[in-house]
Amino acid sequence: MPTISAEHVAELRFHANPKYLKLMRCVVKEAIILCGGDVSLADKIVIAVNEACMNIIQHAYNDDSEGEIILEIINNQPNLVFKLTDFAETIDASNVKPRALDDIRPGGLGTHFINELMDEITFTVPDSGVGNLLIMRIKI
Amino acid sequence: MAKSGADVNYEIEEQGDYLVVHLNGDVDLYSSPHAREVILKCLDRDKHLLIEMSAVVYIDSSGVASLVEGYQISKSKNLQFGLVNVSENAINVLQLAHLDKVFPIHDSIESVVQGGNAG
Repeated sequence: MPTISAEHVAELRFHANPKYLKLMRCVVKEAIILCGGDVSLADKIVIAVNEACMNIIQHAYNDDSEGEIILEIINNQPNLVFKLTDFAETIDASNVKPRALDDIRPGGLGTHFINELMDEITFTVPDSGVGNLLIMRIKI
Repeated sequence: MAKSGADVNYEIEEQGDYLVVHLNGDVDLYSSPHAREVILKCLDRDKHLLIEMSAVVYIDSSGVASLVEGYQISKSKNLQFGLVNVSENAINVLQLAHLDKVFPIHDSIESVVQGGNAG
């Protein structure tokens, strides 16, 4: 059986400005459907990718909208892979933890959402040695 | 009167002891500061608060945080706070956060206003 190589479905480079999140969500949802995911799954994945972008905007770039984010969507059947690269100061991945859900207070839910919705999450440093690379994988 | 901030539109109406905020559109990091401001201003009026969410297309954790803040302030003031007609997309997010069991959630505004119990 021939091996099917991973296909780069889409790449979006945008400023770390919340006004671009809706555009990003539209791209992600359509890409998932294009790759064979159903709408229900697409809606869930969109939540996770959106929260990951929010974390970059708020925590990596500290709300500096001049920062840049690169989103790559890769179809590697049966998986979809989402790579998010930023150029902020490299973070200590061990500090990225979800909070306890029974602690009812505003904020701190994003990491929980990502962990719940994605099959695999990897924090690393891009090959360039600058910034952060978050790789999220989910089987569709 | 309908107003908008970023991609979220809202309308506020008064029904007896309750203020009802109709949120619609995307309540995300771009628009949730406006939603939060609306909720906090309503709570300044010391009335019970209902957030009607049938037309919320998308809500992220920042939007949820605004609801949690409103809920907590209401409790501290002995005011009722509830969510009404929550859209499927929004309820999915609340379930993910395990908040569907925390917020009082109602099927209709009338059932709360007439019954006098938002939670």
